[in-house]
Amino acid sequence: MKFHFFHLMPWPDLPDDFQERYRSVWVDVPSTLYDPARGHEVYNEYLDELEYAASLGFDGICVNEHHSNAYGLMPSPNIMAAALARRTRDAALVVLGNSIALYNPPVRVAEEFAMLDVLSGGRLVAGFPVGSSMDTNYAYGQTPITLRDKYQEAHDLIIRAWTEPDVFAWNGKYTQLRYVNTWPKPVQKPHPPIWIPGGGSVETWQWVTERDYMYCYLSYFGHKRAQSVMQGFWDEVARQGVEPNPYRAGFLQFVAVAESDAQAERDYAAAADYFYNRCLHVYAGFADAPGYRTMKTLRAGIMAQIGAAAREIRRGLTWRDFIEQGYILGGSPESVRQQIEDVAKSLNVGHLMLLLHFGNMSKELVTKNTTLFAREVMPHLRGLFGEWEDRWWIKPLPAADQRVPAPAAAAVE
Amino acid sequence: MEPRTVAVREGMFQAEVREYGAPSAEPLLFLHGSSGLLLDPYLELLGERFRVVAPQHPGWGASTGLEHIDDPIDMALYYYDFLDALRIDAAHVVGHSLGGMFAAEIAALDPHRVRRLVLSNAVGLWRDDAPVLDFFSCGMEELQRAVWAEPESDLVRSRAPDPEDKEALAGLMFDRMQSLAAAAKFLWPIPDRGLKKRLHRIAAPSLIVWGERDGLVPPVYADEFGARLRNARVEVLRGCAHMPMIERPEEWVRVVVEFLARKT
Repeated sequence: MKFHFFHLMPWPDLPDDFQERYRSVWVDVPSTLYDPARGHEVYNEYLDELEYAASLGFDGICVNEHHSNAYGLMPSPNIMAAALARRTRDAALVVLGNSIALYNPPVRVAEEFAMLDVLSGGRLVAGFPVGSSMDTNYAYGQTPITLRDKYQEAHDLIIRAWTEPDVFAWNGKYTQLRYVNTWPKPVQKPHPPIWIPGGGSVETWQWVTERDYMYCYLSYFGHKRAQSVMQGFWDEVARQGVEPNPYRAGFLQFVAVAESDAQAERDYAAAADYFYNRCLHVYAGFADAPGYRTMKTLRAGIMAQIGAAAREIRRGLTWRDFIEQGYILGGSPESVRQQIEDVAKSLNVGHLMLLLHFGNMSKELVTKNTTLFAREVMPHLRGLFGEWEDRWWIKPLPAADQRVPAPAAAAVE
Repeated sequence: MEPRTVAVREGMFQAEVREYGAPSAEPLLFLHGSSGLLLDPYLELLGERFRVVAPQHPGWGASTGLEHIDDPIDMALYYYDFLDALRIDAAHVVGHSLGGMFAAEIAALDPHRVRRLVLSNAVGLWRDDAPVLDFFSCGMEELQRAVWAEPESDLVRSRAPDPEDKEALAGLMFDRMQSLAAAAKFLWPIPDRGLKKRLHRIAAPSLIVWGERDGLVPPVYADEFGARLRNARVEVLRGCAHMPMIERPEEWVRVVVEFLARKT
């Protein structure tokens, strides 16, 4: 089983009365709440935390893309991945991902991801999310009903740009290019592993399985609520007659490790409250633009993660609820170990993305959580799913061919 | 009124169509807004004088083929084929809200197909000083206040579904999502697809009719259309908002019919 340290990079200073004073953390959140000098500090802390996780042996470090969002400060995750490429050695750089319908032309993603793959010596995992309605429709103005079609075209163009050695012309509906000639090309052949973050769209399960991609369900609401989505995915895998290899799937989970269950509550309850009650305060009108989800998915009855109904479910939840409902796996290392094993087996996921930083946690607390997880939880679960081959994993250059940064002073000489 | 299905462009589109009035009367094409065709008395009232042809646009109701239409110009071309399928050479065209945008495009791209043009509470233009309401994201209460002059009236209340009938509610929700998803294809993120570059081509005498209290497309847009059209007059109706043909049916129909019946 593989473990990835996932950072959302939230703004840590949303005021206590944020919910009362502002209608949304996303799309129209006032930018006066942001302070660039503090932002400098925050970015550097967050990168430290990702690098620390890499040094402790996490398999991957994950960054993602959001726009006009106070809990996700990475409009361009590629910039963060570039910063991480030079200061990490073995960890995969998991960019989850670029919302490829937003890039004009989408070969920009082929180029930047290839740059990251070359820079890191073949450590990039390329994530292609459709992107949330808040990001794509509201912040980036994409027409909802054509978004998925545009996404598909962008995907086809990027794959061809990576794999076709010759210059070619692209006459698409959304992109026309007389000369497609992507330089550089990725280290990994035919291309970096492709992971598709999904929110439970019926069409996505089918497509991911047909393409033999990896599917990750990035939910903030834990394994219990994820059962129906992951079951839908595995049903589709079975329907297509494909092996139910757990490495086909990934799942995002909040984890809070402490010396004891009681200490976990003392340590992490405030940060959990900050995340669920401030960071997820999204105006319902931005949750699901008409046409963003297909009628087929709507009829399948899969509820959006964010929106009026979702907010109603979460109203007034406390630490005890987060634990009981599985939003957060928290407690002593032994307890967390057991919970993760249960989750991994029940969802059949070989890749677990961990939010060990959440809300407004201090750097000390993140360090504690990350260290305890890496030393006292991860080693015990490494062997899980050992009978399966992970075909969705990075293929870096041989160690002898890997280059490392020269010390800063030496570079001048 | 039971709808019938009309095949357009050799069956590429199947249009759900309702007709009112005598088949021999002058044809009037009514183009609905974002919510789809609303079956209220104004259609029958118009039918007392005209042969009213009221389709659902492709993508609304049971009408198919939205995937073949990328923008309002494609929609105008579709409506020429639709009129051909009905063997109508030229018609009066009355468009409400989003249907007003389509009506204006139809009149601009081929002025010969439109005898007289009525734009009621039409979208299609944009002013930074008076933005069209973001009705895709606003809450239901705000929407109701923008659309109806008297949201608490019996007329408006009686249109709401029975909250106990969960199946009907779910059906309405799906219909609403389908309609708005289709509308957003022409209105997202700003309801301006370049109509202002083409309005000068409209030759048909035009009536701009608006509800005085329209909170969705503010009445300044009535003046904006009036100023940009060659031959238009503007009528603002009191006591109604975005749905004047439902809020004040007799008055709206009287103004429209008087205008359409004129010979000069």
